[in-house]
Amino acid sequence: MAKLNVNGVVREFAAEDDTPLLWVLREQLGLTGTKYGCGVAQCGACTVHIDGIPTRSCVRPLSSVGSSEKIITIEGLAPGGSHPVQKAWAALDVPQCGFCQSGMIMAAAALLKSKPKPTDADIDEAMTNICRCGTYNRIRAAIKVVANGGDTKTAGLSIRHADGSTT
Amino acid sequence: MNKAATPACSVSRRDFLGTSMAAGGGLMVAFHIPLMGEAAAQPSPVAGAEVNAWVVVHPDDRIVIRIARSEMGQGTLTGLAQLVAEELDADWARVTTEFPTPGQNLARNRVWGNFSTGGSQGIRQSNDYVRKGGATARMLLVQAAADAWGVAAADCRAGNSVVTHSATGRTISYGKVAAAAAKLPAPANVVLKDPKDWKLAGKRLARLDTVDKTTGRQVYGMDLVLPGMLNAAIKDCPVFGGKLKSFNAAAIDKRPGVRKVVRVGDSAVAVIADTWWRAKTALDALPIEWDEGPHAKASSEAFAQVLKAALDAPQAIVGNQNGDARAAIAAAPRKLEAVYSYPHQNHATMETMNATARYTPERCEVWAPTQNGEAALAAASEASGLPNSRCDVYKLLLGGGFGRRGQSDFVRQAVMLAKEMPGTPIKLIWSREEDMLHGMFHPVTHCKMSAGIDAQGNITALHMRVAGQSILASVAPQNIRDGRDPVAFQGLNQGGAEGAFGYSFPHLLIDHAMRNPHVPAGFWRGVNLNQNTIYVESFIDELAHATGQDPLALRRKLLANSPKHLAVLDAVAQRAGWGQPAAKGVFRGLAQTMGFGSYVAACAEVSVNDDGVLKIHRIVAATDSGHAVNPQQIEAQVEGSFAYGLSAALYGECTVKDGRMVQENFHTYPVLRMDEMPRVETIVMPSGGFWGGVGEPTIAVAAPAVLNAIFAATGKRIRDLPLKNHSLKKA
Repeated sequence: MAKLNVNGVVREFAAEDDTPLLWVLREQLGLTGTKYGCGVAQCGACTVHIDGIPTRSCVRPLSSVGSSEKIITIEGLAPGGSHPVQKAWAALDVPQCGFCQSGMIMAAAALLKSKPKPTDADIDEAMTNICRCGTYNRIRAAIKVVANGGDTKTAGLSIRHADGSTT
Repeated sequence: MNKAATPACSVSRRDFLGTSMAAGGGLMVAFHIPLMGEAAAQPSPVAGAEVNAWVVVHPDDRIVIRIARSEMGQGTLTGLAQLVAEELDADWARVTTEFPTPGQNLARNRVWGNFSTGGSQGIRQSNDYVRKGGATARMLLVQAAADAWGVAAADCRAGNSVVTHSATGRTISYGKVAAAAAKLPAPANVVLKDPKDWKLAGKRLARLDTVDKTTGRQVYGMDLVLPGMLNAAIKDCPVFGGKLKSFNAAAIDKRPGVRKVVRVGDSAVAVIADTWWRAKTALDALPIEWDEGPHAKASSEAFAQVLKAALDAPQAIVGNQNGDARAAIAAAPRKLEAVYSYPHQNHATMETMNATARYTPERCEVWAPTQNGEAALAAASEASGLPNSRCDVYKLLLGGGFGRRGQSDFVRQAVMLAKEMPGTPIKLIWSREEDMLHGMFHPVTHCKMSAGIDAQGNITALHMRVAGQSILASVAPQNIRDGRDPVAFQGLNQGGAEGAFGYSFPHLLIDHAMRNPHVPAGFWRGVNLNQNTIYVESFIDELAHATGQDPLALRRKLLANSPKHLAVLDAVAQRAGWGQPAAKGVFRGLAQTMGFGSYVAACAEVSVNDDGVLKIHRIVAATDSGHAVNPQQIEAQVEGSFAYGLSAALYGECTVKDGRMVQENFHTYPVLRMDEMPRVETIVMPSGGFWGGVGEPTIAVAAPAVLNAIFAATGKRIRDLPLKNHSLKKA
């Protein structure tokens, strides 16, 4: 049995050593929020945190991940989607199809942890994930909202939410 | 907030709970399946009342709006719900949505109309009947309240899911009268609101499907897990038109998790295993022999020669003409001619093709991210050999569609696999490589533009010859009549919603010489408007420079008879500051077009440095879609259209070598990323009186606006996309 520390819980499961972490998460552990997009570390849909480092899990074989390394997936980022990045994403209606957004959010959360006030160049350098719907500009705006302490009005989108609030 | 995908999942759960929906008998049961999170705890909830086909109201005033079209990111689900809720006078905070199934639609004489979700049609083609659905439901609810009070319905009014008796101020909520309303006959005359009175439609409302997409909870087709399910990976012959000759199953069938190695149709082989990763790696290790068929030596280069010849072929289908363009050009004192091309491209949705199917001799069910639920149902029926009435398709939210998921090839494969193991759900997922090799590609075309210019520099005649591939020839050949593919002329027609050519010339000829390679073509977001607009808008720019005219001034002159085209063009020119100096080193380019019912324009600002590195700084875009149901989502679609259209302009190219596509993943098929995405300023300018689409038209102006700006910056006219094949370095 293999062992991984995922979202604060040590999980045991059976899988071949060369199975990519992505597929262990999705198939052995049932955490399907982390997505398969390319399998060759190009698109970033599979991004998770390993000891805080944003990592493309589709090219990390199970054998390369130690059982003491702490893996965080989108499901474990914050209880109930309450991470500031998730809240900014929801306030600005960032996702379109949404398939890339788990990876985008994990990349953005890692960026903001290491650089709480990222410049545009920092964002360009850290956010190399692919979005085919083209949500890049709202992603940039949402990252800046988090950097500004969560003031969603600064994005200037005037989105009216079902609870009556406007962001 | 998002309940959109849950009916499909909850249907599956209900099914596996053993309350299978009987064909023809259990439709209402199927609609009132609990949402996924509640399903286990509460398998038999109190059903809401179906006031009419579009609206279900629960006793606690929760409202469920039925959405027939698919949601792939374009926001149609929210927009359609806004239109129904507007006419319903619903409390928006209590609105959720669900997808009726294609099987239910057939069983009810297609009460929800067309499920197909392509061509930017979601709202423009169904706004009338969904609004009437909401209005009818509101009238029934008001009537039921009036009946309960013994007053006239005319003395009551509705608002925020509450009926009020005007004279007495009595109120009752929709949930209390929904059951009675559901029993009333539908009113004969339904009057829709004037859009100026809209409170929900036309507003910048948040999408209904956002939150679960930020937490990982959203279940896409690829994520679906059904009890007892197995996973499959597939390889189709990499050469289009080839066949599967043989494979050596014995080489892999002892690998961990492998259950079955099966031939799928004439041309594919699949491995079924307990997990997809085991299926995929076993398939990679499977010795396969292909019969590559008659196209084993086909190449893009060879086909380019066919297209080149067709630019001068005597026979072509005329799409638009006035006067005698050939004679006028021949007689003109001055001529200008330019040849352009546009390559094959893959849709490259982020979620690769997939579908899950369960087959028994009695019934076939499919769970699929599909843009066309009814076509998927037909495919399930055909592949299973069961009648439509014994099949159904449960739609999930799509991880991108862009036209690719309007086809049902992956559904057919999943059903064929499920037939191999009756009773066991099989989830088929394509690898990215399979997805890239077996796309339904953007058609390849070349174009020759010829113009006659008089002594005063007026453009007297234009001949546009497009030579190339027909999408309909691939996906719907029955719609080609007398050799004519009407879709080929998107944006070039004399009039109509599917693309009116805005420019007026004394002599005009636009014709199409169809030439089809062995590569399958499909509807690719923006469709033929993409390359048609690149050709027209690039050449108009060339004409402006050749005749010493300002590109805006020439367009304005030629668009004098097309006020809506002109209005969006003027809007971007004004916002961008056309005619005033740009920042040092920054140059502007314009483009406009009309298609999918809407008028769009763009002004791009670019710079090209001494090393030939292009930077797109800003794009100003304008859209007149007649009505604007959700302006903040129109802005999102316009921004997304630039990401998609600029990916195509900068990088998009699939090349055929030895009969197959060369590009197999994002390292050889690059797309636009964050660092290259320009700032986009969107002007939403609905002029009223018509309904246009917004998901696609803007893609068409992305490339030509940038190409024209590149010319302004460098003097280089790029006529063959993508840009990655060219150097912009100063000579």
